Amino acid sequence: MSDAAPSPLLAKARRVGALIRKEGRQVVRDPSSFAIGVVLPLMLILLFGYAMSLDVKHVPVAVVLEDPSAQANEIAASFQLSSYFETRVMRSMAEADALMQSGAVEGIVRVPADFARRAAQGDASVQVLVNGIDGNTARIVEAYAEAAVAQSGARSGAEGQADSGGGAQATVESQLWFNSADDSRYFLVPGLIVLIITLIGAFMTSMVVAREWERGTFEALFVTPVRTDEILLGKTVPYFLLGMGGLLLCMGAARFLFDVPIRGSFPILMGVSMLYLLVSVATGLLISSSLKSQFLASQVTLVATFMPALMLSGFIYDLHSVPLAIQLVSYLVPARYFVSLLQTLFLAGDVWSVIQPNAAILAVVAVVMLALTRRATRKLLG
Amino acid sequence: MLASLRRILALIRKEILAVLKDARTRNMLLLQPVLQCLLFGYAATLDLNNVPYAVVDRDRSAASSALLAKLDGSGVFHRIANLTDAAQMKTLIDNQKVLVVIQIAPNFQSRLSAGEPAPIQVIADGRNSNTAGAALGYVGAAVESFNADWRSDHGLPPPPVQVNPRAWYNANLETRWNLIPALVGTITMMSTLMLSALSVAREREEGTFDQLLVTPFRPVEIMAGKAIPAMMIGIVQATNALLVAQLWFRIPFAGSYVTLYVGLILFLLAAVGIGLFVSSVSATMQQAMLFAFVTIMPFSLLSGLTTPISSMPPIMQDFTLINPLRYAIDLVHRVYLEGASLGQLVPDLWPMAIIAAVTLSAAAWMFRNRLE
Repeated sequence: MSDAAPSPLLAKARRVGALIRKEGRQVVRDPSSFAIGVVLPLMLILLFGYAMSLDVKHVPVAVVLEDPSAQANEIAASFQLSSYFETRVMRSMAEADALMQSGAVEGIVRVPADFARRAAQGDASVQVLVNGIDGNTARIVEAYAEAAVAQSGARSGAEGQADSGGGAQATVESQLWFNSADDSRYFLVPGLIVLIITLIGAFMTSMVVAREWERGTFEALFVTPVRTDEILLGKTVPYFLLGMGGLLLCMGAARFLFDVPIRGSFPILMGVSMLYLLVSVATGLLISSSLKSQFLASQVTLVATFMPALMLSGFIYDLHSVPLAIQLVSYLVPARYFVSLLQTLFLAGDVWSVIQPNAAILAVVAVVMLALTRRATRKLLG
Repeated sequence: MLASLRRILALIRKEILAVLKDARTRNMLLLQPVLQCLLFGYAATLDLNNVPYAVVDRDRSAASSALLAKLDGSGVFHRIANLTDAAQMKTLIDNQKVLVVIQIAPNFQSRLSAGEPAPIQVIADGRNSNTAGAALGYVGAAVESFNADWRSDHGLPPPPVQVNPRAWYNANLETRWNLIPALVGTITMMSTLMLSALSVAREREEGTFDQLLVTPFRPVEIMAGKAIPAMMIGIVQATNALLVAQLWFRIPFAGSYVTLYVGLILFLLAAVGIGLFVSSVSATMQQAMLFAFVTIMPFSLLSGLTTPISSMPPIMQDFTLINPLRYAIDLVHRVYLEGASLGQLVPDLWPMAIIAAVTLSAAAWMFRNRLE
């Protein structure tokens, strides 16, 4: 041991180191941080990767054949062969009606008794009834029924009738850029990363400062030589590292489990993700140090960070189509910028005109949040 | 018996005071459902009404402008650029300036007049493939409508078979009608589960739980005293959300309130049961809170709120059978939009009753074992 007083910088580093060690031990020893740091990301990865899908499959429908003709049977068969539907064929509308009332089928395709006769005259119709509660599924049932019916109509037109002019039509040839296979994982996985980082970053930190206040250990810290920014640093680093663990888990899953391509450069992807993680950690600390109540902090974090990241980030719902007021609110949601960055970096590549402004905004938000947190904490010192 | 009831009532009063005495907590619990319903009612729509697009029209004919007029007049598409060169479209899509680019080939009109199929090329930004798919659907609808006009203008007969689609219970297929009733269940579950999980953990952390133990309260009474206030707050929250649905969004209520509340009470029993069970395995508030959250997460993702249950893999569909939220969302939908009666709702009611019975008795068992 030397007699000289240690340099102030060294002392500072030692104090921060001690705080980080203490916080880190607390994280490691508490089973709930394992739950949020490892179990939750794994669970979300599995749920998003394997369970959640907006693709419509196996929708129960009833096909009512009031007309026994071959042409009507053909329509029924096209439903039975499709993997979109679990089809039940029946003769009576009353039976189908009862099934729909009880919720056993989501839609009814009714081929009326005069179908074949009127089809020969060229003005037959098929009735499609869908349960509109889930509008998305309903639309797909409608569209599929139209396609199946049009197909059988076109065939019969080609066989018997005079040319109905079916050829002269504008048709759509569509291409989906960046996701040519139309794989819904391509857009779910970037969204998943946003949710996981938001949760790990904001959720745990939102409790930690509030807990110290409730227990009175924060005031105990004030009488030590530790300074405010050192306390904050000591709180930020361990949770940032925990979040990095979750982040790496997600990236690994995206790349190797779900085969989502990373078309941009990986260092940039990690860089912006760390920036967003810092924003989340800072948000959690800010909520925590301004509310000083664990229950309140947890509820506010849920409402102020997780729900907007799910609903207002453009991850599921398109932000062009929401009313102006909601669009303005969405500009306040940091997740919005991160979703844009992730979708571009994963699927499109290094598009600098997207990366620069979004990353700059995230950096500004991180600095502002940290500054606000520092103020909220310092005020308590006085 | 009467004494027991009086003790439970005293606990309920104390519990409600403890939760509501703090103005910030009170506002949060009561206003949060209203705010969330308003915000998400507007935000959560899979229906598109503003799709920025660009066009590369190489035909510049009457037919191509009629087609573009269909798109512009749909109220969905907003043209931001007329391009002359296909190379320009990459920049527009890369920078997310447009969602869709439409290319019309130079022989569009001549092919139509010759009675041949005339393809138009539609390119969509697949970064959000969900939105892109919906936008392509709208393009298809506009093209269909153009085709119908073209046929009638040129004296061609309509297609031989027509489909008459009609949607029950939600005629315009509005996402909001689906979402808001579902939120009634989701929001109340989040709050009641957390409240019940935290209330015991808080007492434990503050040391007042030990004090409670030396009072004449029996474990079951303590549990009832924790469960009932959380359920009462849940009912108030559900009511607030329902008021927003009816008074603000004007979604018509088709069923009976008695049926709805009977269902909600069963659902809240199940939610509180899960919450109390969580609290009985947690040592601190932080643990209770995080464990509760880890439970809520799969319940809300596998409930049919965001994605349909029928498109999940079978093993996940089996898991949804123990998810009370799944039944609650179905129940609220069916009472609210379809006007279903209690008898028709039996398939939703008995699973919730079983979940409530199992979780509440498991929690009671845990309590007793910790207490004695």
